[in-house]
Amino acid sequence: MSELKYHKASNASEAASMISGTEDGKFLAGGQTLLPTMKAKLAAPSDLVDVSGASDMIGISISGNTVSIGAMTTHADVAGNPELNAVCPSICALAGNIGDPAVRHRGTIGGSVANNDPAADYPAALLALGATITTNNRDISADDFFVGMFETALEDGEIITKVSFDAPEKGAYAKFPNPASRYAMVGVFAAKSSGGARVAVTGAGSDGVFRQSDMEAALDGSWSPDSVSDVSVSADNLLSDIHGDAAYRANLVKVMAARAVANA
Amino acid sequence: MTEISMVVNGKSVKADVADNTLLVDYIRESLRLTGTHVGCDTSQCGACVVHVDGKAVKSCTMLAASAQGSDVTTIEGLANGDLHPMQAAFKENHGLQCGFCTPGMIMSATDMVARYNASGKELTEEAIRDELEGNICRCTGYHNIVKAIADGASKMTNA
Repeated sequence: MSELKYHKASNASEAASMISGTEDGKFLAGGQTLLPTMKAKLAAPSDLVDVSGASDMIGISISGNTVSIGAMTTHADVAGNPELNAVCPSICALAGNIGDPAVRHRGTIGGSVANNDPAADYPAALLALGATITTNNRDISADDFFVGMFETALEDGEIITKVSFDAPEKGAYAKFPNPASRYAMVGVFAAKSSGGARVAVTGAGSDGVFRQSDMEAALDGSWSPDSVSDVSVSADNLLSDIHGDAAYRANLVKVMAARAVANA
Repeated sequence: MTEISMVVNGKSVKADVADNTLLVDYIRESLRLTGTHVGCDTSQCGACVVHVDGKAVKSCTMLAASAQGSDVTTIEGLANGDLHPMQAAFKENHGLQCGFCTPGMIMSATDMVARYNASGKELTEEAIRDELEGNICRCTGYHNIVKAIADGASKMTNA
């Protein structure tokens, strides 16, 4: 790993001011993606601003149906929160299936969302739940936040402080993990709310996470696994790699969507 | 350089480390606690698992500086005169062959037992296999590791 200067921020505003003085600084959340990326010499930031202990960015609050999760809340804490599980079990189940137990003790929702890995699980949840991503500067809707593969609407030096959403009437996430890496080859989060159905797909899109609007329309007509199974899914703009080609992933989108709807 | 201080296996330690020092390198190279192993160095294999503030983490994927002020337990910190019940269970159930992955297996095992006991969930054989997602063994085929963890879990609960 290249040399770097380490800074530890105790809150979000301190983190923002620490990074503003750096040449090519990056925020360090749980580090479960960034540190391996740096070890592989695919990233070499001049500075790391560690926000994993930023006290105003940790914790889960629930008010009625509205859920707010601090950006530095770990996957383990999301998965194991009984109050959250009571209002939105689908996000707890999703978090409990990311990586492995040790990774879940360090990895955070804010880190995952900021990285926007095309095979990450959380982006599908936030997009399907119509979540709001709050930064130190503004609120960004999930629809505007996820811009492309590893690309988000975040500006330089902008930091996610929390994500919030209303728990859906029904919702579930189904993922087909790569048998070796366990990353989603395709993951589909389907949610039904008063505003209608939303279906978000991760692992498959060549531009990262995306909404499957044909399935949303079908589910608005009738919320059932058969509704999504009858939708034709184009292989255009889907990923092809050694693990599966675009046509294979297109079929998996249907299968995972049907499973998500069935489990919701 | 950054000055760090933490408690490792009950002992206060303090050092000046390069800012890019990984926790596992601090544990092995500076503290000379070489029971924690580096296997893949890519957070897949779990040979480097230690407990930080009571939670299993991959010490190859955490900066030493991030553990500032923490309470760290390595495999050397488990036994207290006699083998820890989980270590004894691995010995009795032939839960190892070459032994390289064993420190990480045991640190993950004690972590899962603590979590399942705290939440009142039953640590079934299926749960043990699922919980071992992040620990790789290339010798045993896992059967005896799973048996050892089930045995160690009951020894820990009845200890």
